[in-house]
Amino acid sequence: MAELRTEEFLVNMGPHHPSTHGVCRFILTMDGEVVVKAEPVIGYLHRALEKICENRTYAQCIPVLDRFEYCTSMACNQVFALATEKLAGLEVPERAEYIRVIMLELNRIASHLIWYGTTSLDLGAITPFLYGFREREDILDLFEMTCGQRLTYNYIRIGGVSKDIPPEFIPKCRKFLDTFDAKVDDYERVLTANPIFIVRNKDVGVLTPEMAIAYGVSGPSLRASGVRFDLRRDDPYSIYDRFKFNIPTRQNGDCYDRYMIRIQEMRESAKIVRQAIEQIPDGEIQAKVSINFKPPAGEVYSRIENSRGEMGAYIQSPGGVKKPLRIKLRGGSYNQLQVMPELVVGHKIADVVAIMASLDIIMPEVDR
Amino acid sequence: MEIVGIFKYLYDLLASSGLSENLVDVIAYAAAAVMVFGILALIALFLVWWERKVSAHIQQRFGPMRTGWHGWRQTIADAVKLLQKEDITPVMADRPVFYWAPVIAFVAAFAAYIVIPFGDGLIVSDLNVGILFILAITTFTVISLLMAGWGSNNKYALLGGMRSAAQVVSYEVPMVVAVLAVIVFAGSLSMVDIVNSQAKVYQWYLFRLPFGPIAFICYIIAATAEVNRTPFDLPEAEQELVAGFNVEYSGMKFAMFFLAEFVNMFTVSAIGTTLFLGGWNGPILPSWMWFFIKTFALVFIFMWFRWTYPRLRVDQLMEFSWKFLLPISFANLILAGIMKYSGWFNW
Repeated sequence: MAELRTEEFLVNMGPHHPSTHGVCRFILTMDGEVVVKAEPVIGYLHRALEKICENRTYAQCIPVLDRFEYCTSMACNQVFALATEKLAGLEVPERAEYIRVIMLELNRIASHLIWYGTTSLDLGAITPFLYGFREREDILDLFEMTCGQRLTYNYIRIGGVSKDIPPEFIPKCRKFLDTFDAKVDDYERVLTANPIFIVRNKDVGVLTPEMAIAYGVSGPSLRASGVRFDLRRDDPYSIYDRFKFNIPTRQNGDCYDRYMIRIQEMRESAKIVRQAIEQIPDGEIQAKVSINFKPPAGEVYSRIENSRGEMGAYIQSPGGVKKPLRIKLRGGSYNQLQVMPELVVGHKIADVVAIMASLDIIMPEVDR
Repeated sequence: MEIVGIFKYLYDLLASSGLSENLVDVIAYAAAAVMVFGILALIALFLVWWERKVSAHIQQRFGPMRTGWHGWRQTIADAVKLLQKEDITPVMADRPVFYWAPVIAFVAAFAAYIVIPFGDGLIVSDLNVGILFILAITTFTVISLLMAGWGSNNKYALLGGMRSAAQVVSYEVPMVVAVLAVIVFAGSLSMVDIVNSQAKVYQWYLFRLPFGPIAFICYIIAATAEVNRTPFDLPEAEQELVAGFNVEYSGMKFAMFFLAEFVNMFTVSAIGTTLFLGGWNGPILPSWMWFFIKTFALVFIFMWFRWTYPRLRVDQLMEFSWKFLLPISFANLILAGIMKYSGWFNW
């Protein structure tokens, strides 16, 4: 019998696909079920945020940048506010700093909960998705009670925050934190020790530390590869140096480690929030910022640790003008998407989904 | 509540009306077929609703609540919606193959019920090769999945079809071997004989240590794979293959696949009940009620699996079948043979 002729074929995964987290498109060259080559196609969600900001005043940029990475809008606000304050040399009041930290960490938990849900969904387990979103709902309620918004907050402003937290915020937040650890235990019970989950994730998509650093991967995905780098500790911004928290790291850099890191980070974030609501002082929440806010000339880059890696904002100011000359944003997902084609080669099509989920790529951050 | 008596009465009525005996038999079988079909269609509709409710309560939701009491009319509304939908055939599809795939799935799913005893005497035809017939006819599902995958002319559908062929064929083997262990003990392929051999609770094959529980677990695992449900739902892996083999189907054709899937789930549960849980045997309640209670309990287990587990990968799926399930079920078959031969535990 003559040998059967087999050939590779192209599968176009996305832009409309249930597990590409937005509108990412992969052109996969497949040999049966095995991926031979993967080519990401980006830009379906490009909204020209950076360009739009050039035509707006600094204060007006913040609601636009909410859309930069909509799973963690607070961080987008914070990174831009931080850069502007650095540029103008503004001093943020103590209470505002604490509120910011509370919001950022709650937002990190909310973002990790989305990741937890979508990861389990991508691996075929539907129930954990709803568990994750159940707790996220509590966090969104806290945000809503503070700033009236549930997704794009526009809350952290240049020189402070837009509103003080309402009096019932702290008791409600404390109640959430009291139950949250048990809830994370629940999440772990569903997935962490599940044999199917383990075989699907162990040794899948191994990201070596060298590769991670070469591609500029940051955040939990980097720490899962054994690199202990967290901007909250290594380049402290705001008041993060006042809190005690661990930076979980793991050694293997596979999907399972990336999963474990994020689960542990949720617990650490909860610790930070707890410390912050214990220590929060009274006082002003907004530094005095003129309506005609015109920062001096200069260039500034500020960066924060977001749930998807380093988030940065670069501002170029001509000086004496209300609008920035140039803005450049950095999002962690962009670098993590870059490393995808290298990680997925040789894996099955099901692993492409698992790897993408574990890197926690979100398309608005890639496309801006 | 004795349904068999009513049937007997109707049959006698028909026979006494002066028709020839052959004609009466034909009418009786046709009536039985229509009845089984009707009951199964109802069960499938019920299962769709039940699955929604089970999944919802596992996920701390309510599920359908608006249509009737706890949304009981929801699946009826769904069925009506699907009936009204446009029936789309892709331009490049292989038309006859595309058309016949859901029909085969549907027919194969229902044909198995010819030999399933719903109760004491409630069986369409007690074939002396009953279980063999079921195993043979349910395998037709693979053909329909392959046809759907091929006929749709869609890469995702093709991958789904190929996966399902590989999967169902490799899980068929441990399933048959697990069932064989029971047949060795029962000494018959007839479903009625198998049920009769487990009249008392301690005689249920599930409780015949040590081979019974092993065979049961092997059967449940293989059956989950047979009906393509999580953790073995690779043919329609939503997150990888969008919807797998049925990605191009819509309207009534999709509904046929959908119903066939639920009927298949009920089929494997009914077989499990008959082989391992004593079939219709049980105290006080009428026999058909016991059958349904046990079968729905098994269906619930399948649903529970689905809403708790992630999905396996295709190579792990194969590995699990050939390297783990098959050796265990074979060893179990040998064990059952030895036990039968030596006469131990011959309750």
